[in-house]
Amino acid sequence: MKIIEVENLKKNFNEFTAVDGVNFYINQGEIFGFLGPNGAGKTTTINMLTGMAKITEGKVKLMGEDYTGNAKKAQAMMGIVPDESNLYEELSGWENLVFCGALYGMKKKLSEERAAQLLKEFGLEEAASKSFKAYSKGMKRKLAIAAGIIHQPEILFLDEPTTGIDVAFARQIRNLIVDLHSKGTTIFLTTHYIEEAERLCERLAFIVQGKIVREGTVEEMMKEIQGENIVNFTLGKDFTLRDDFTKIEEEFRSHFPDFNLKMGTKNSGLRIHSPSNFTLFPFVQFFEERGLPVFEAKIIRPSLEEVFVKVTGIELQKMQSEQNQKGKKGQKGGGSRS
Amino acid sequence: MKTWIAFSSILMKDMRSYYLKPPNISWGLIFPIAWTLMFFLRSPVAVEVRDLLPGVMALSILFGTTSMLAVTITFERKSRSFERLLLAPISFNLLMLAKTSGAIMFGVVNAFVPVIFASFLTDLSGINWLMILGSVLLVAITSTFLGLFIAVSVSQVFEAQTFSNFFRFPMLFLCGLFIPLADLPSFLRPVSYALPLTYGADILKTAINQNGIISIPLSFIALLCFSVFLFAYSIYNVNRKWIL
Ligand SMILES: Nc1ncnc2c1ncn2[C@@H]1O[C@H](COP(=O)(O)OP(=O)(O)O)[C@@H](O)[C@H]1O
Ligand SMILES: [Mg+2]
Repeated sequence: MKIIEVENLKKNFNEFTAVDGVNFYINQGEIFGFLGPNGAGKTTTINMLTGMAKITEGKVKLMGEDYTGNAKKAQAMMGIVPDESNLYEELSGWENLVFCGALYGMKKKLSEERAAQLLKEFGLEEAASKSFKAYSKGMKRKLAIAAGIIHQPEILFLDEPTTGIDVAFARQIRNLIVDLHSKGTTIFLTTHYIEEAERLCERLAFIVQGKIVREGTVEEMMKEIQGENIVNFTLGKDFTLRDDFTKIEEEFRSHFPDFNLKMGTKNSGLRIHSPSNFTLFPFVQFFEERGLPVFEAKIIRPSLEEVFVKVTGIELQKMQSEQNQKGKKGQKGGGSRS
Repeated sequence: MKTWIAFSSILMKDMRSYYLKPPNISWGLIFPIAWTLMFFLRSPVAVEVRDLLPGVMALSILFGTTSMLAVTITFERKSRSFERLLLAPISFNLLMLAKTSGAIMFGVVNAFVPVIFASFLTDLSGINWLMILGSVLLVAITSTFLGLFIAVSVSQVFEAQTFSNFFRFPMLFLCGLFIPLADLPSFLRPVSYALPLTYGADILKTAINQNGIISIPLSFIALLCFSVFLFAYSIYNVNRKWIL
């Protein structure tokens, strides 16, 4: 059964189109992911689905029923975990959970039972009576997820659940998501981490500048690059500068018209793509002649990353450095507020 | 039933987080006591205490509710916890009633602090308590909704403070409590009649000293109209400005 169906959904902020006619659906019990760079329209889409933003055009359905312009009707069945915590700083973890249960009409006894159970499952038992403001970022995110599912919603919205969280907590959170999924929770997740999308999602959509550019199961997506051979060359030069890359790429094309040269994921790497197998020597020679020592050449096992780069034309390196900048800004902002 | 659970838990949470917090309780008590002392010490004659009672009551409500509500809502908006309420499956009307009920009760309680004080100083017989209760309640409602009106018009906590004072201080002087309406310059009188507190204060005057000048039904109707307008306009603004 389709839990969520979205038809031609569009959002304008004055002249600017943030979400530009997206179509997708989410099956019961699956993890569906939105993968896209910063500013692609992921949060805006979630906001329209959950009633935090007005829909400019298009339709949204929950379990087959149209609720466009009437989100209140659907909110009881939704659990929502926004990208930034929105729990009460002055309440304890326990109080926050019980309060959130009550917002969905849960009787006190029931919400207390659920709160106790969730705190245990999420490893937050010891912090249960501490006030939320004393929680670390990772703990806050975990509690926010617990608050999102206390009323056992039909669908859980997770907006960038691991962004800005340290590695250990991010892993815990991914495990929690897998756990929830195995218990049958339907999840709509947004992320800018390709690996996270590949690991967690059964189906996903790439979203760029408000448009879905590809949608399907991870296996379907991988077909895109079947038979493609990729070798990553680690070179003694940094290719963050666009101009440097463009120059070498032009020369490369005139030497090897049947091959493609792309930026790698690391700064000093370049990738060669080819539909057939190839030997390395001519390429090593090509680089060496141009003063670029080859330190390593490695065959790349195709992953979703290659598909994403191929389909969207966005180099990963660019997407992630933007994200990091955003993350740093966010941290600064957070620091001055508290 | 479910809506009632949500409603009451929002109200109870606000009570615990804001209105029953020691600083606010003490503010709620000290403020009326200070007003009371300030006026009563200057007027030792028992009859005059009764003259001052309506004004002190009205001010206690006004100062206990308006900025309190404006500040708490603006604060919750800043910390984004208000979003959680907007995402909960209860209508905006009910949500805003839940958010304002705490402040309304706080205002009503504040109004009776000077009454208790006055009861030690003077004879309070012959007062129409039912009328007092009605007007205290309506003044508390309109003052709170004025706070809501301010909350949906600003985005920073300090703006909420400033904007509250922008309304409160003119009301203080123009509501006819300290300067009789008849003594105001004629160009200011229409302004007085556009302020909800004028009607609330006048009912209190009639109830305590039988010296109000506006008809009681008219005052009640005016207060009701102010309440409905401020609430409806606030809900309209919530929908327009907070749901982007
Ligand atoms: N309230 C708003 N007013 C104007 N533009 C907005 C608003 N919210 C988001 N946008 C713009 O819409 C685009 C999509 O934003 P968002 O959905 O937050 O992206 P994502 O979550 O994918 O990073 C961005 O360019 C952003 O600047
Ligand atoms: Mg986002």
